[in-house]
Amino acid sequence: MEEAVTKPTKKGGGRLCCICNQRRAALKRPKTLEQICRECFYEVFEEEIHQVIVDNQLFKPGERIAIGASGGKDSTVLACVLAELNRRHNYGLDLFLLSVDEGITGYRDDSLETVKRNEVQYGLPLKIVSYKDLYGWTMDEIVKMIGLKNNCTFCGVFRRQALDRGASLLKVDKVATGHNADDIAETVLLNILRGDIARLSRCTSIVTGEDGPIPRCKPFKYTYEKEIVMYAYFKRLDYFSTECIYSPNAYRGFAREFIKDLERIRPRAILDIIKSGEDFRISTSTKMPEQGTCERCGYISSQKWCKACVLLEGLNRGLPKMGIGRSSRGFNNDPKRDKDMKQSNGTKSIENKQCGSLDF
Amino acid sequence: MACNSSTCQSNSGCYKREEEPISSKSSDSNQQSVCVKCKVNEPVSGTSDDGRFCRECFRSNLYGKFKLSVTSNAMITPSDNLLVAFSGGSSSRVVLQFVHEMQQRAQKNFDASKDRSLPVFGVGVTFIDESAYHQSIPSCEIDKAIEEIRSIISNLAPPAKQLHVVPIESVFSLDSLDGRERLKTLVDSVSDATGKEDLLLYLRMLALQKVASENGYNRLVLGLCTSRIACHVITATVKGQGYSLPADVQYVDARWEIPVVLPLRDCLALELNMLCHLDGLKTVEFSNGPCSGINGLVSSFVKLLQEENPSRECTIVRTAGKLTPFHFNRIPELNDSNVPLATRRRQKRFNLNPSESISSESFCPLCFSPLSKSDLLSLSSCQNYDILDAACCSSCRFQIFPKDPSSMEHFLSVLPQPLLARAKNCSNGNHSSLRKQIQDCLLSESEDET
Repeated sequence: MEEAVTKPTKKGGGRLCCICNQRRAALKRPKTLEQICRECFYEVFEEEIHQVIVDNQLFKPGERIAIGASGGKDSTVLACVLAELNRRHNYGLDLFLLSVDEGITGYRDDSLETVKRNEVQYGLPLKIVSYKDLYGWTMDEIVKMIGLKNNCTFCGVFRRQALDRGASLLKVDKVATGHNADDIAETVLLNILRGDIARLSRCTSIVTGEDGPIPRCKPFKYTYEKEIVMYAYFKRLDYFSTECIYSPNAYRGFAREFIKDLERIRPRAILDIIKSGEDFRISTSTKMPEQGTCERCGYISSQKWCKACVLLEGLNRGLPKMGIGRSSRGFNNDPKRDKDMKQSNGTKSIENKQCGSLDF
Repeated sequence: MACNSSTCQSNSGCYKREEEPISSKSSDSNQQSVCVKCKVNEPVSGTSDDGRFCRECFRSNLYGKFKLSVTSNAMITPSDNLLVAFSGGSSSRVVLQFVHEMQQRAQKNFDASKDRSLPVFGVGVTFIDESAYHQSIPSCEIDKAIEEIRSIISNLAPPAKQLHVVPIESVFSLDSLDGRERLKTLVDSVSDATGKEDLLLYLRMLALQKVASENGYNRLVLGLCTSRIACHVITATVKGQGYSLPADVQYVDARWEIPVVLPLRDCLALELNMLCHLDGLKTVEFSNGPCSGINGLVSSFVKLLQEENPSRECTIVRTAGKLTPFHFNRIPELNDSNVPLATRRRQKRFNLNPSESISSESFCPLCFSPLSKSDLLSLSSCQNYDILDAACCSSCRFQIFPKDPSSMEHFLSVLPQPLLARAKNCSNGNHSSLRKQIQDCLLSESEDET
């Protein structure tokens, strides 16, 4: 990010912002490479997001919205911008911060401190749901039991459900997550590389899970990660930037690197990938699994038991491999449903930022 | 590997083709020194299959893939006259070889049959000389290469094949000196490195079509292999061409005057190189230098992926193959009685259902890719309704068209005539009818692309 900030030339006052033509340009906008001043950057950054929200009718007046807050840059900027836009454009939204405490010492406990400060800074009420309360296990304990392999599976499955449970406790109408344009472009590419046509057709939608209990939306769908970092940096936002200790570099996958390389040559490539993803024509012959509820916990599930319950049962019985991998037989071993199972496993994982990318 | 439980959605034999050899491999793992197919000969090493096949089986396997794609898509019928686009690389060398073998067989059958009812299809070869674009290549090198190509073609057994060596600047239909100048001006007016490369690609296709149509060919055979198509899938995605991508990755592409066929769509570059090596097929390499820009970045990315997982390129192409194709992705005369019944039956089995395909009437005049509704919407809301600028896809507009209006006129003046004609066609005829179709949407012209 630093290299994108143009150093004002010492003599002659430097270049003028190409938007307002009054103040000195302070940065090169990553998305367009325009040289603009800070004030104009805040303005275009926020208004672009406003436009996305309006065009896609993400929110209705009077809705209660939970912002999935991890304390990281994306969700912190999301909270800050949504609070500001709600005020400025009279969305009439009740905003909340919703955090999931996975119970990872040295990572989540610190980032939750950040979220707690954000609660005060933005005046948004905060709700924390923890794995320990919901499932009786912290990630620390899970990792102690199963090691560093597949731990992201547990974390991802549990987090998705935890967010929904937290959202229903808050009685919100929708959850907004901080997935940015880079994340979505990466997912499009990964789905092509994996041959996952079903998810390829879904992964660019800005609102997902409308058939589920609580829909989710991504107001940052067209917002570049670099600009989010820049916004946080200039506004001196209080965010937490350590990576998960159990999956360091989960994000620096090769697809991520490829996207960064592309961005360097052609900033617009990220938007183009998303556009391609939206334009792909896919005949929807794949049957969606029937939706039911988990017999054990009542969460939506296409199986007898939901995935979280299967994983949890495995943990509690000391058989952590249960529910992982190709033949996830155990509780849902109805052969007719086995095919559906495979589908439901993969369906929603863009919701949680995927740890680890492609398995080689 | 790509098909683990959490990612595989398809349950209808999605990895069938790969699973078969794998299962046979595991059963034979204790006797690795025999070919898994004939179980007699020693396998060759260095193929993508890690030396599972002997030379003969490897060869027949590859030829089988070629033959299957030819027959199941009705690419070649006895009355056809094929033009093979020959670049000198191993893919086009193999496709030339295979087409040649197929022709030889047809000739044998023809000679043996009493009534001689089925004619033998004709084959011609063309080499597009791009030295006007790659001006760094010394002319003696080009001459030498063309000589080598001539000898390759003339050394093929009869039936004899005509070779057309055509300079790329022939698309301007001027004398070659003027053409060279004009090509240089045209390419120089494109500032984006990737745009330059892509423009050359479009001109090459234009030149190929021109040779084919002027010399009475009715099929254009390209040697595009899985690896190249995989790269194209990623580059097209990165360039925002997701709508038109399915048109480029099918076996048949009949949007052109002369339909284009890709019989090596299921063969890997590695395999084709291997075959050239094993059979001593001579190739002619040029020192064009590597691709730069987006195309270069993508090809090194795909290469990396392929090294990590040897089936990655296949997976990419298979994914793109599942996107809904266009109505022109099949050989047009389907119900023609000239098509053998067996072929028609096969086609029914393999080919796409016409109702599933998209029909598109409007094409970008530059890259000739079908235009999506949103492309049309954004161009109908365009203020300065310039013929070409308005009718182009967003990708060409970004990477090929000059940004400032003043150089636009100059750019248009050096474009080859056929491209301009296409643009006029688009903007007059079916374009207005398309506009009518989307009239209801035109009220909301809020296509605010960033």
